[in-house]
Formats: sequence, C-alpha cells, structure tokens
Amino acid sequence: MRAPLGRYVLRRVLYALPTLLGVTLAVFLLVRLIPGDPGRIIAGLLASDEEVQRLRIELGLDRPLPEQYVRFLAGVLSGDFGLSAVTRTPVIVEIGIRMRATMMLAVTSTAIAVAAGVSAGVLAATYHNTAVDYSVMVVALGGVSVPVFWLGIMLMLLFAVHLHWLPAGGIGTPAHLVLPALTLAAFSTAIVARMTRGSLLETLGLDFVRTARAKGMGEWTVIIRHALRNALIPVITVVGLQFGTLLGGAVLTETTFAWPGLGRLLVSAITARDYPVIQGIVIVFAAMFVVVNLVTDLLYVTIDPRIRYE
Amino acid sequence: MSEGVRGTPSVGRSAWERLQRRKTAAAGLIILGLLLAASLAAPLLMGDPNEVDFAGVLQPPSLEHLLGTDQLGRDLLTRVAYGGRISFLIGALAVALALAAGIPVGVISGYVGGTLDLLVQRGVDLLLAFPGFLLALTLIAVLGVGVTNVVVSVAAAAMPVYIRLVRGATLSIREQAYVEAAKALGAGDAAIIVRHVLPNCLTPVIVQSTLQLGVAILTAAGLGFLGLGVKPPTPEWGTMLGEGQTYLLSYWFIATFPGLAIFLVVMAFNLVGDGLRDALDPRMSVLGS
Repeated sequence: MRAPLGRYVLRRVLYALPTLLGVTLAVFLLVRLIPGDPGRIIAGLLASDEEVQRLRIELGLDRPLPEQYVRFLAGVLSGDFGLSAVTRTPVIVEIGIRMRATMMLAVTSTAIAVAAGVSAGVLAATYHNTAVDYSVMVVALGGVSVPVFWLGIMLMLLFAVHLHWLPAGGIGTPAHLVLPALTLAAFSTAIVARMTRGSLLETLGLDFVRTARAKGMGEWTVIIRHALRNALIPVITVVGLQFGTLLGGAVLTETTFAWPGLGRLLVSAITARDYPVIQGIVIVFAAMFVVVNLVTDLLYVTIDPRIRYE
Repeated sequence: MSEGVRGTPSVGRSAWERLQRRKTAAAGLIILGLLLAASLAAPLLMGDPNEVDFAGVLQPPSLEHLLGTDQLGRDLLTRVAYGGRISFLIGALAVALALAAGIPVGVISGYVGGTLDLLVQRGVDLLLAFPGFLLALTLIAVLGVGVTNVVVSVAAAAMPVYIRLVRGATLSIREQAYVEAAKALGAGDAAIIVRHVLPNCLTPVIVQSTLQLGVAILTAAGLGFLGLGVKPPTPEWGTMLGEGQTYLLSYWFIATFPGLAIFLVVMAFNLVGDGLRDALDPRMSVLGS
C-alpha cells in the first residue's frame, strides 16, 4: 500500500534538514580552523582594533564553540550573515543584489540543457548507430570535456570579437545572456543527452514498446508518446544532480563574462579574504543544491507511479 | 555483450579484447601518451618556460614561436608543454590522495556497518551537499593558494565519490557466498578485506579513477583560471589563461592553446574511462557511452 504523498514529502524535507544543519556547521568550523585570531579574520584586515573587539563580543568569540555555533545558526536562520569585511554592507544584502543574476543564468542554462539535451538524446537513440547518433555522442563528449571558462572565451572570440553578433560581457539586454547561458549549459546538455539516449535505448527494448509497435503505431508516436515518457524519469534525477556542477560552472562562467552574480562575488571575496561573504555564499549555494535535489526527488515520485513512498 | 556464450574466456582477456575493439578508447590512450610524453620531454627539448623577452611580447604563431608568445614574451609552446607536467602531476596526486583516503573509509564503512556506517554516510552526504568545484573553491579560501593546497582541495572534492563507490561494492561483496565460506573456514576480517573485498572493488575504482583524473585536472585548471590555483609564473594551463586575462580577446592565441591542451587531456581521460567501463563493466555501458 502507498503511504500518502504528503507524509512522504514531509519526511524527505525533514531528511534534508540535518544536511543543511551540517552545511552550516562545516562552514562555521572551516572559518574557525584558519590559523590566527578569528575576530580579526572575520572582521577583515581593514577593521580597527575597536571593531574587532566589538565583533568578538557580538559573536561571542570568547565563549565555547558550541555556544558560538548556536549564535551563528540563529543568525543564519534570521538571514543575518554579518557584515562584509570589505564593504561593511550586510552580507545578506550583497547576496540579495546578486542572487537574481545567478538565478537567471542558472535557470536559463538548465532550460537549455533539458531542451537541447533531451532532443539530442532522442535523435541519437532513434537513429542508433548511424551518423546522427555518432555526431551527437561526439559533441556530447566535447561537452563533458571542455573547460567551461575556455569555451566561454572561444565563444566570445567568435561571436563578440569576430562576428560582432553578441556582447562580450556584462548584463542588461537578453543578448547579454546568450553566450554565458550557452557556455554554462554545455556540460549539462551533454550529460542530459547521454542519459536520455541510454535510457531511451533501454526503454525501446521493453515489452510495452513492442506491444505499441505491434499495434501498428508509427515509430515516432511510439517513441514520443510511450518510450520517452518512461525514459525521462531517470533523466530528471540527472538534471537535479547536474545542478551542482552548474553552480560550480556558474562561478567560472560569471568570471569569464563579467556577469554580476554570486559566483563572481564569491571569487572576489576569496581574493579579498572576506570571510563573512564567503560563508554566506557557500551556505546559499549548498542550500540551493540541497533544495533542488529535494525537489527533483519529489518530482521523481510524483511522475513514476512504480515508486513507493518509503 | 553481443558475443553470446562461447566458453568462458578469462575475464582479463575478454575485457582487453573489448577495450581494444573500442577504437575511441585507443584514440584516447594515444592522445594521452603523446601529451604525457611531450610534457615529460619538455626540459630536454625546450628552453626555460619563464624566460621573458620584452622585445617579443604577444607575437602571433610563427616558425620561431609555433604557438606565439604571451604578454611577457614567453614562448607559449614551451609553457604549454611544461604546463602538462603540472597538470598531470596535480591530477595524479589528487586522485591518489582521494583513493588513499576514500578506499579505507569506504571499505570499513561498508564492512563494519551499523552506527559507524551511518555516521560515515551522513558525512558523505554533507560533503556531497557542496558541489565538487565549490567544495574545492571553499577549501582554497581557507587553505590559501599553491600546488599542495590545490591537490588537497581537489582530492577532497573527489573523495566522497570513492567512499560511496567502495562502500557500495563492499556491501554487495560482503553478502557473497564465498565470503561466508571464507568466514566459516576461520578467515579474519582483515584477511577477508584484503583477499576478497579489495580485489572486487578494483574494477569500479579503476574506471572511476580514469574519469576522476580528467575531473581533477579540470578543477585545478578552473582554480588556476580564477587566480586561486597554482601561483604564477608556474606554467599551469588554467593559471596561464587567468594571467593573460586582459589580453584574451585581443590576442586569440594566448587563451586558445592552453585551453585546447586542457580540453584534449580531459577528453582523452573521458575516452579511456568510458572505454574501460565498457570493457570491464558491461552492465554500465548502455548508459555511459
């Protein structure tokens, strides 16, 4: 018997919570593992001794670690990640400003990866062992192997410097989004294409597909209406897992294209040793990844009737 | 898998045959061999990769400088060749470190089971909550830049993959009848792990390591590109791109060749890894190739 879906959702959400707690604990401990005075490290090199002293009291840096962590966690939960050591702006404000740009890039790239990856995978499986199949597989091999920042530079050289079709960097018009989104989508598109092809090839060998064919259905009807629906189920999980690689790739893509998102902020924060900002972004990225995987898990069970909520 | 039943060839032999039949894997091996040989031979064939020449900066490819020169007039061919030494070294060390840490933890977690297994797996969950590149980047933020820290960070990003892989293999091997038999004959846990569990984990570990070498080199190059990897003037491929950032769009050859080198190496490792997977683990081949 199936357990009610609501209870399953609740359980999966509760299961994700310890991971998120662990993420905050890991980030908290990492910064305190840096040799030196944590007050000075968190306040930054530019801060005056008075500021460091104030921070020490505010964060309770003289208190035992567990107590410090509880304060830290309470801060994180209320959106208080402290002040940037460089700009003195609240970290949550800095993150808020750049979140939209990163989300826009990540969502567009994911959409491209799903649309292009599934189409390419279907073509490759349909024309299995033909020139179409081989071409898709060769391009996909390129997609999983190419360094994302190099692909970005090459696309820029071609479409911005040479052909003048698109802007080389920055943000503003939809045209600015094209090259970064394509660059970032390359890896995920390749993975989705490989997965779709493999999964569809497997499904096409199953009994119900043979039945559909025996009924005299056209090959494309069989593929799109029957086989693909089932073949896409594992693809959903892959898209969720890919989102992690995508976030990592976003750091490189944003740097390449001067895209004002969280990834670029993270890199400049690391260079400037702005630990409050680093902490905030790493927690936000990890939380995004955990949530996306939770959502894909939930999608997976709603789509696949064979899976029991256990 | 289309061979049907024809006696029982020794596993090693048929695996080798299947690998050979994969021309793409062979191509990968050849590319890797050439690039590795070129990097190893670089000190014998070429001059100093850090020799600057302010009279000849940013020169396009010519007979004198086959790949051109960079913003300091350094020969790009020499730097790309030397860069291979750093990239291969970082990749190999990072994967070796990840193996050295991941295999024992995975085997013990799977073999002992119980609370220990539960704790280790929650730890792995936690590490996997950080996307790989982000984990390496975060560790660099804490440890600082430099070759050693890049190796440690890249290894940390690869380790959870091995723990999970080896634990899974261990769990299934532990239940096999021959392990029961060995136990019944009085074999100790250590003997069972060394003689039965580890050899059977080998196949997935080899396949994974080939692919991870590519990932490790890619991650290290990404860190270098951001200026958070190997310090200049050491000729590391990613660092070369990061260093020449101002000139990337005006002088195409500065970015093109180091990036192409990374691309080729990673692709070669992927070709060999996919080929090995088909050869050693045919069940996986449909989804992977």
